[in-house]
Amino acid sequence: MKAKKRQFLEENTSLSLNQESLFPSKGKLDIDDEDSSDESVVESSDEEVLEKETEYFNKLQAKSAQTIEKPYSSDVDDDVSDDEDLRNTVGNIPMEWYENFPHIGYDLDGRTISKPIRNQDELDKFLDKMENKNYWRTVHDKQTGRDHVLTSEELQLIQRLKKGSFYTSGIDPHEPYVDFFTHEKMIHPVTNIPEHKRSFTPSIIEKRKVGKLVHAIKMGWLKPRKPKTDESEEPKFYDLWEETESKTPTNSELARQKMAIPAPKTQLPGHEASYNPPPEYLPSQEEIDKWKEDDEDERKLDFIPEKFDSLRQVPQYPTFIQERFSRCLDLYLCPRQRKMKVMVNPEELIPNLPKPKDLQPFPTFQALCYKGHKAMVRTISVDSTGQWLASGSDDGIIRVWEVATSRCLREITTLGDQPVKCVSWCPNKSVCLLAVALENKIVIINPSIGDKLIYSATDSLLQSFQPLADEETTNKQESEKSNAVIPPWKTVETGLPYQDGQRLVITHPKDVSKVTWHAKGDYLACVVPGNGHAQVFLHQLTKQRSQTPFTKCKGAVQSVLFHPTRPFLFVATQQYVRVYNLVKQQLTKKLMANSKWISSLAIHPGGDNLLVGSYDCRLSWFDMDLSTKPYKTMRYHKRAIRSCCYHPKYPLFASGGDDGNVVVSHGMVYSDLMQNPLIVPVKVLKGHKVERNLGVLDCCFHPHQPWIFSSAADKTIRLFT
Amino acid sequence: MGKIKKKYEAGAATQYISRKQACRKLQLSLADFRRLCILKGIYPHEPVHKKRVNKGSTTNKTFYFLKDIQFLLHEPVINKFREYKIYVRRLKKAEARLEKGIANHIRENKPTYRIDHIVRERYPNFIDAVRDLDDALCMCFLFATLPKSGRLHIQTIDLCRKLTVEFMHYVIATRSLRKVFVSIKGFYFQAEVMSQPVTWIIPHSFPHNHPTDVDFRVMSTFTEFYTAMLGFVLYKLYQTQNLHYPPRIPLLSNVNVTLNDDNKKRKRKEEIQSLCDENEKSLEVVASLNMPLAQFQDANDQEEDAAADEEVQDLLKEGLTETQEEDQKKSEDEIKQRKLFEGCKMFLSREVPREAMVFIIRSFGGEVSWDITAGLGSTFSIDDEKITHQIVDRPMNEKPYISRYYVQPQWIFDSVNAKMQLPVKGYLPGDVLPPHLSPFVNEENGAYVPPERQKVIALQRGEDPGINADEDELSEEDESEEEQEEEDGEGDEENVEENIDEENESPVVAITPGKKDVDRKLNPDQIAAEEKRLAVMMIPKKQRRLYEKIKYGERRKKREAEQLTQKRKAIDDEKKATRKKEKRRKRAA
Repeated sequence: MKAKKRQFLEENTSLSLNQESLFPSKGKLDIDDEDSSDESVVESSDEEVLEKETEYFNKLQAKSAQTIEKPYSSDVDDDVSDDEDLRNTVGNIPMEWYENFPHIGYDLDGRTISKPIRNQDELDKFLDKMENKNYWRTVHDKQTGRDHVLTSEELQLIQRLKKGSFYTSGIDPHEPYVDFFTHEKMIHPVTNIPEHKRSFTPSIIEKRKVGKLVHAIKMGWLKPRKPKTDESEEPKFYDLWEETESKTPTNSELARQKMAIPAPKTQLPGHEASYNPPPEYLPSQEEIDKWKEDDEDERKLDFIPEKFDSLRQVPQYPTFIQERFSRCLDLYLCPRQRKMKVMVNPEELIPNLPKPKDLQPFPTFQALCYKGHKAMVRTISVDSTGQWLASGSDDGIIRVWEVATSRCLREITTLGDQPVKCVSWCPNKSVCLLAVALENKIVIINPSIGDKLIYSATDSLLQSFQPLADEETTNKQESEKSNAVIPPWKTVETGLPYQDGQRLVITHPKDVSKVTWHAKGDYLACVVPGNGHAQVFLHQLTKQRSQTPFTKCKGAVQSVLFHPTRPFLFVATQQYVRVYNLVKQQLTKKLMANSKWISSLAIHPGGDNLLVGSYDCRLSWFDMDLSTKPYKTMRYHKRAIRSCCYHPKYPLFASGGDDGNVVVSHGMVYSDLMQNPLIVPVKVLKGHKVERNLGVLDCCFHPHQPWIFSSAADKTIRLFT
Repeated sequence: MGKIKKKYEAGAATQYISRKQACRKLQLSLADFRRLCILKGIYPHEPVHKKRVNKGSTTNKTFYFLKDIQFLLHEPVINKFREYKIYVRRLKKAEARLEKGIANHIRENKPTYRIDHIVRERYPNFIDAVRDLDDALCMCFLFATLPKSGRLHIQTIDLCRKLTVEFMHYVIATRSLRKVFVSIKGFYFQAEVMSQPVTWIIPHSFPHNHPTDVDFRVMSTFTEFYTAMLGFVLYKLYQTQNLHYPPRIPLLSNVNVTLNDDNKKRKRKEEIQSLCDENEKSLEVVASLNMPLAQFQDANDQEEDAAADEEVQDLLKEGLTETQEEDQKKSEDEIKQRKLFEGCKMFLSREVPREAMVFIIRSFGGEVSWDITAGLGSTFSIDDEKITHQIVDRPMNEKPYISRYYVQPQWIFDSVNAKMQLPVKGYLPGDVLPPHLSPFVNEENGAYVPPERQKVIALQRGEDPGINADEDELSEEDESEEEQEEEDGEGDEENVEENIDEENESPVVAITPGKKDVDRKLNPDQIAAEEKRLAVMMIPKKQRRLYEKIKYGERRKKREAEQLTQKRKAIDDEKKATRKKEKRRKRAA
């Protein structure tokens, strides 16, 4: 079969190619090669044709080989030549558009090309197929509606295209190359301009450039590019501290190391930071609200504790980066400081004192309560025998109690209803006298109590007094000299006041606040505050005369006190205690109490130690041999100290304050001068109630028992034994 | 007459310098000064007399020591800062002129600087650097999790990741992890490096919200220093442990083959591994923390030496003083803790935070693996029969293996903190977990100790092994007992009431015997208390302040502890009541 086909092709090689007949409408396109779109269209149509052609070809081959052997008659060519001038001008459009028209386009002259009448049914087609020799090479041209029989040239062309060779058969693809422009050498040059000089000389600009580069290289400005390496970007690590062991640091380095303060570490999280904390660490709604309201600095935690049921539910912490950032800021912006943290066991701070148990006896509990006063008891005093207790209250009544039974034996009401400022028993055991400070008077009372011999003797002693005439004149002279009023003495001889025991009345220009006896019981000192320079008066009972020892007085005198054995007078102003020698009539010492307002004074029976209580809660112990400053200051009371006292026999002292407590302390003074007094608080006595912000107003020890009396604003007097 | 002294020419005023003055003196911009201060670790100082230092003015200023600033003057990095400034200017100019070649050339010659000398200067001894590792680790761990979004240098993030992985490898290799804590902020870890406690926090593995109120320049300057410092520290640490410094995994190529027998799975695995290239693979395997690191050749000899040392120590043990014995005991405990998970084979489900868990389990000697598709580096599959624990953090759906415990991740953390493997009851999947407690709380001096902690302490002592046996049963028993008690109690009360009624009815007209005054005979405690009170009165003023402060602090602590116990008690009571109610309802039904 193949051989036959080849034969057939060879036979047809002589046929001339008729281009226009095959592609009537596209004859021009061959010239117009540049238009690629058109080209592709041509190709596609070519392909179509080819396909059909091959189809037919194959069919034909299958049918009969004999018919091929004959050369084609020329009448076929005639048919084709008839069609030559029939050209459709509609262009490359789908011919289906003309389906419903009688024509299929227009020719070159604009006349319609009518559709050929082809009513071939299947039978006709079959017959045609069977009978028509040229059926296999007949192609239907849709544009003209005619059948076209392919010539042998056209068939050859198709074969060539199929092989992919040239369009025309005559082209040799491997022709020797002919150089179009230079294969013919011309005798005349294209331009005849002579060469410029600079084309023969080296360029100066280049030279300069090169010179610059050379210079740059010489100077080391221009360096060859570094070889690119990835490793150079990553930091390389090595043993940085290799030589440190062998190298000794310089002094400046050492100083820097010494000065450097390492950053404090961040606080480690507690249970509350857990993702699953114990329930007690979870805040209630109120606490959450409070946390949200609070300022950021005030918050104790910087987050709200939360509970998650399992680990997978825990989300990212929203301010994680911010927290790190704030740590960074702390590290480089916060000043650092070394803070010494005191690691002290608080028990070690407590001084090691002897146990109170070893320091007995001292009053430990309340034994008796003396009730009867209607107003607060401002002052109390125990007589030298220790049997009787005198007390004065704010409603002007003085009561004398029997200590052992708390029975009120005397009630002196005739003095008026002004508050009794001070009562004081005469320390002389051979007389029975009570000095009472009331308004601007000092009333000397004989309460007629105790031993009848003594109190009757006291009366007779007072009555036997004979004033001397010259004394009066001297008094007057003195008063003129000191420019102060010498208070007149008045003897009470009859009437109700006498029956109540009043014996003498000394009237002062202003109110008397304090009265105190000399140890021997003859002299009396009293304080009259607000009386200009004469705030202190001294009265002598036996001679019934008075004097003002000071011509001038600095500050408001709070209290006065006689030295128990030596002729000294202690005068306490608000901040100082001045000690005067009465014999030499001069100031011997000025003690600084370190407090704002002294309230009370007490002197140790030995006479070398002084106790000063003040309204600013301080109780100061002065050792007069030691210094003018307190040997020890104690703050036993939470509120003002109203009174303080020494025990005449036992090494005890006590202070009473507005907090309602009486603090009893052991205060041992050694005869050895080298040893400092030992002060140990031994008991806080409670029992008095605080009324109107006033607590214990006065306290005093029993003269020979370790008992203490205290009077208070709650109208009672209590005895602690 | 001498010369008149001018003010502020001597004393404190000359020792301090304000920040602005310092910038001018160093000829640096504020930003550069800040960078320099961060790198060199210079911080401001608060003068005692601010007005004197401020030359009479009271404006608020930041002061530095003049000596510090003078010290900064000699810093070679300052020159590099200036060079960088010039570089930026030149590059800008070249780019503005569209001179691409020149710009490239300039870019290639970008000035770089190293801060090794600063690290050395700030930490003259290695141990100083270890002591200061906390912040460095926290920062690097944070940066390792930040997104590579162009806000930060990618190299920095990669370097941080590398360093943190290396550090974790070191901790695993030395088994020096001591405490772990899961907080709402992240995972806290405490390791003992060169016998120094080092604590760091890792954020939970979720993306961060990019904050707007954070200056990342400051953060990255810190990171610059920290990465350098951490790198040098790690080098030295690895050296002490005889490990290769950029850590190496031995026989990396063999890993693939030995793992799975199943052909199909191996194929899948190869597929997965082909997802990342060879370079990345080695990094990823290192980062999976699941392989031991390669040691130097002579490491084995040293191990032998160590064994010999131990023998010697055993011999020496006999002649020890008490304190030494205590130390010995402590170290023994430590060794025991190090081997906490030894012999355990754990499998992690994919919902469990892998890195943290692998780190913890491996640091205590356990073997660990995970699903092969969840990440590189898994060593055995879920169907391995030898698995002892599977860590699960979601409701169980698949059929469980009988041969292993299924526990929630908290079991791992709590066991580590308790220094013993806790009973798994209570940690099973679906259980309500017991509270997770912080191991960092100091429980001395009457601080509040939650009951869970007390239980753990009892367990550690081995006192009460059955305490955790079954909470529900116990509670049931309690309930039954309580109910009985209640019934009994009710009866008692009635009896008492009857008695009272009888008493009330009897006539009271009688002389009652007097009571003894109780106050007169105080019991010894009261006496002692009073004695102490009296002695406290005699504390000198100076020390009394201190004493009162200490006492105040103690009282506050006590109050807080008391509050917590009260709250806990209330919660427990409520719980009990609701449980009882439910039970009654059930019974009624």
